[in-house]
Amino acid sequence: MHITKDLVAASATPLVLGILAEGESYGYAILKQVNDLSGGQLEWTDGLLYPLLHRLERLGHVESAWETPQGGRRRKYYRITDQGRAELAEQRRQWAAVVDALRGVWSTTPSIRPTPAPAWGAGL
Amino acid sequence: MTVDNDLEGQIAEWRAYMHRRRELHHTDADELEDHLRSRITELTEAGLRPDESFLIAVKRMGSLDELSREFAREHSERLWKQLVLPGEPDAPTAARSRRELAVMVLCAAVAALAIKVPALFGLDLSQDGSFYARNASLFALPALAAYFAWQRRVGLRVIGALAVLFVLGAVAANAYPLADDSQTVVLTAIHLPIALWLVVGVAYAGGDWRSDRRRMDFIRFTGEWLIYFVLIGLGGGVLTAFTVNAFGAIGLDAEGFIQSWLLPCGAVAAVIVAAWLVEAKQSVIENMAPVLTRVFTPLFTATLLTFLVAIIWTTSGIDVERDALILFDLLLVIVLGMLLYAISARDLTARPGLFDRLQLALVVSALVIDVLVLAAITGRITEWGFSPNKTAALGENLVLLTNLVWSAWLYLGFVRGRMPFARLERWQTRYVVVYAAWAWAVVLAFPPLFDFA
Repeated sequence: MHITKDLVAASATPLVLGILAEGESYGYAILKQVNDLSGGQLEWTDGLLYPLLHRLERLGHVESAWETPQGGRRRKYYRITDQGRAELAEQRRQWAAVVDALRGVWSTTPSIRPTPAPAWGAGL
Repeated sequence: MTVDNDLEGQIAEWRAYMHRRRELHHTDADELEDHLRSRITELTEAGLRPDESFLIAVKRMGSLDELSREFAREHSERLWKQLVLPGEPDAPTAARSRRELAVMVLCAAVAALAIKVPALFGLDLSQDGSFYARNASLFALPALAAYFAWQRRVGLRVIGALAVLFVLGAVAANAYPLADDSQTVVLTAIHLPIALWLVVGVAYAGGDWRSDRRRMDFIRFTGEWLIYFVLIGLGGGVLTAFTVNAFGAIGLDAEGFIQSWLLPCGAVAAVIVAAWLVEAKQSVIENMAPVLTRVFTPLFTATLLTFLVAIIWTTSGIDVERDALILFDLLLVIVLGMLLYAISARDLTARPGLFDRLQLALVVSALVIDVLVLAAITGRITEWGFSPNKTAALGENLVLLTNLVWSAWLYLGFVRGRMPFARLERWQTRYVVVYAAWAWAVVLAFPPLFDFA
């Protein structure tokens, strides 16, 4: 299944903030975690994560530091700020509202069902 | 981690690609490289060969165009190259540029204080204007030369030569018994800065003033410096206007402070700051002087050609008043400047193009106009006699005319494909000595020649 670009972009910020809320991390690890969480369905272009991280940093939601782990490469670690946590909570409320509304739509209009036919999925 | 040399080479090549993008900073490339390496490690551990892993990792990173577009969107300021110091430079460069900044501030402060020193001896800026006009360049330019001498780490012999030349300039400006309203005072006030600016050029070249490349660099530097200086001047004008009006609004008169402190100190300090900015931004911002040249060469060519046509059409001779000669001197200076900055930015190996023909037309039309002016003026110059002003104006005209005639000849040879462009460049860089000789001659020899008139 291919998730449209707009959806990927809209969900990127809460995903990254949510992952960083569990502890500091770096780009590649964040990407792996997104992959794991979505069961491989959310596909990001690797490089594009970094402009997003830089934007979050500029907005003050995360902060970064170059660190060199024992016997490893120099790496830029990101960590969420209090402001970032507040933003995450806010995003979560918004997403909850969206998900609720969608759930309502799915249940009241039973004609819309996820079709298992592969021809459909590929077409999207 | 097992990566062979092949892989390292490929990663280095990939990094080189990244470096060509201005949107991507050094640290961004580091971050992306770390990502790339992590991905490659994962893929090789899953059983792929290193080169296969590299291909997949690069592919997953996304196209470089898309990547730099996203970075540019996030860091739009990078396209403007933030002024002063880059964000996260390498440690040694950062230390060096911090030191340069400190020395620059020191030199600017010395220059700013130097212009206030005569005030301690009772020379007032508003009453002893002639003294300040003669010596203006002696306040700022030694500090500028000192800055370059420090930055280029020049030897003691060069420092000695620079010092001698500055002392010579100071003696020439002050030892002659010149009346405050004499013509030679004005000539000294105009020519001493030119002479000393070329002395600064020796410091700029790190003492290697015979080198054509260094001279061309100095010509480039001069153009960029002038642009920065004008820009700083504009900003200073806004600051001054604001200061006067803001203090005026609360009933305080700031004009005295501005006239005796802000303007003189600011102007001499700006000389140093502008020079430092040109140096610091050398590789960062597109050079402006060649860009302006490109814009104005067609316009000036059109104006001059129209002017020529108008002369022929109306069959009226040029009105050779005293000021006319100076006006056409300035015209030659502008044309020469455009020629110089067009040369300074030119790829020496490129084939002659439309712009070169335009440039040639500009030079030739300026020459024809100037010859008309000279023909008109020589008939009457004997009537007037040789005053210092007229001699200087005529001499300047001849100096510039000689340069442009030979330049036009070389340019013609180049446009017709008979001569390499480098000859024209070499002619210009060699000719700088003539300007220096002329400026020093006016400063040193004119006052005694004309009985300090």
